Amino acid sequence: MRWYAAAIYVFLYLPIALIVIFSFNAGKYAMDWQGFSVEWYFKAFANPFALKALRTSLVVGLWTAVLATSLGTLAALGLERMSGWPRRASDGLIYIAIMVPGVVIGIATLIAFVTAFNLANPFLEGLFGDAAPRLAMGLPTVIGAHVLFNLAVVILIVRSRLAGLDRSLIEASEDLYATPLGTFRQVVLPMLAPAILASFLLSFTFSFEDFIIAFFVSGPDSTLPIYIFSSIRRGITPEVNAIGSVVLAVSLTLLIMAQFLLRDRTGSRGARGDQA
Amino acid sequence: MAEDAARKPIVVFRGVSKFFGEVAAASDISLEVAAGEFLSFLGPSGCGKTTALRMIAGFEQPSEGDVFLDGVRVNDIPAYRRPVNMVFQSYALFPHLNVWRNVAYGLLQRSPRPSRADIDRSVARVLDLVQLNGFETRRTWEMSGGQQQRVALARALINEPKVLLLDEPLAALDRKLRREMQIELQNLQRRVGITFILVTHDQEEALSMSDRVCIMRQGRIVQIGKPTDLYDRPASRYVADFVGKSNFFPGTVGEVAADSAQVTVASGVSLPVNRFGENMQLAKGDSVVLAVRPEQILLTRSAESLPQDSVVRVESRVLNRIFLGEHTEYLLSSEGLGEFAALAPRQSELVESPFETGEIVTAGFRAEAAQALAAD
Repeated sequence: MRWYAAAIYVFLYLPIALIVIFSFNAGKYAMDWQGFSVEWYFKAFANPFALKALRTSLVVGLWTAVLATSLGTLAALGLERMSGWPRRASDGLIYIAIMVPGVVIGIATLIAFVTAFNLANPFLEGLFGDAAPRLAMGLPTVIGAHVLFNLAVVILIVRSRLAGLDRSLIEASEDLYATPLGTFRQVVLPMLAPAILASFLLSFTFSFEDFIIAFFVSGPDSTLPIYIFSSIRRGITPEVNAIGSVVLAVSLTLLIMAQFLLRDRTGSRGARGDQA
Repeated sequence: MAEDAARKPIVVFRGVSKFFGEVAAASDISLEVAAGEFLSFLGPSGCGKTTALRMIAGFEQPSEGDVFLDGVRVNDIPAYRRPVNMVFQSYALFPHLNVWRNVAYGLLQRSPRPSRADIDRSVARVLDLVQLNGFETRRTWEMSGGQQQRVALARALINEPKVLLLDEPLAALDRKLRREMQIELQNLQRRVGITFILVTHDQEEALSMSDRVCIMRQGRIVQIGKPTDLYDRPASRYVADFVGKSNFFPGTVGEVAADSAQVTVASGVSLPVNRFGENMQLAKGDSVVLAVRPEQILLTRSAESLPQDSVVRVESRVLNRIFLGEHTEYLLSSEGLGEFAALAPRQSELVESPFETGEIVTAGFRAEAAQALAAD
């Protein structure tokens, strides 16, 4: 049984390990080990196309994280006040949104954007003539699509923290003369802070590493995953492995940080002394 | 304290009811609490005592009737604008704030905000009051249950509220600590002179700490009075059963005189009764229950050592003996009274050696020991 488990782990992680190992290859070809070297990392970071794609991915990731986290937190706070069937319906829709495959979101948002643009562009032309702005695929469409699927993740995370929030803390704050806004600022928000921060990190990560959705709705600027995909067509080089390893390292770090934030620490009031 | 009922009331309930859907958590409660009084709401869970407290705090609004605080109708005033503070059952200390910040919370909400020096002075004063000086920078979840309790008290008292509300504040503490905190709370109340309203299901707690106790059942007040009055003159079988222990002997009313009535207990004994429940009009043939406190029943081996005015003297067999430290509780059985409990102080056992199981003894009590109550 133990060998069986070990085999599964090898199966899971060997391909990933290979990418990381061969990113340190001194040779020119991906699968031909010529000795240890970090030169491909320097090459990757000197490659203007790779850097541009990285910059694009960072911009998309940050905007996605900011928008999805703020909108999602507000939505979670609003949903908390709902009850009965509207609550159950919106709960169900959120879970569905998480389960919808990326390729479906990609196609759906692509069609939605194209339809909307085709309707809006003639209208804008009529309004402004030749100086009319022309709506087209670009960073905003990628950000929009990314916010769409990250919103559900944020809502779920923030809401589970909100559900675990002790009602009597809010009452205690009101009892001590804090206005509803004051209670929100001084009690609710600080208690939600770890969940909000974790949501931010997760949505950044999901956006940063997303290929499928971005592939459908991106314009002329490619994100890092799309850049990797297109450069593979010219053969897998250690440089691609190096970029992949960087993406892996960034994603993994952020995910671990988010996981750390979501651990329930101060929630257990009875368990005193465990951190003393 | 309760003697000063002439003092103006600080909390007034006038015909207050609270419905949660179909369920009436509180029905037609009318009540006045005097300034500086220590009042307890006592009853089993679900009797409406917490709902009553939460209506004073402002967490629930009455469905019917009015609540007044210091002469002002507060039905529509939100919790954060009411001059009362609450100590929560779970303490509800803010886990992300240290002790100083928890205690200063109420002062920091004031506008204009008091100066840092003033707040520091106030925090130091209340922490001194609850003996927690030096704990300012502690995290609350690093503290013991008793210490958290004190922080919760300090956090409420610093605001000098007109009424301090305590929702089962001692329930989470172990027995010994609870006893200490009961005494401390009582002393604290005398020192600060603030009206305390306590909610508890622990009768011992309510009786030992309060000036007056308000006993509740199914959303209604069943009796309100001084602890000794509730114990000595319960208005109903429910109160007699809830406050302390009592034997209940079902019986039938015989001849009725001006201030007494002859009652025949189902098991045979007949005795004159001169104490009755509230508003009881007895007529011959009525069914009643006689309540007799176990400590009012005297046990002896020699019948002649019972007081002269013992109206009941029955030979009883000792069924069981429970040693309780300062008392011994006996469960007995007799022809005249059926099964009943008697409590013998340790002192009397120094005169007569403890009775053995199976021994025949004489049990007796005076007419004043029995109180006739409605037979539900």
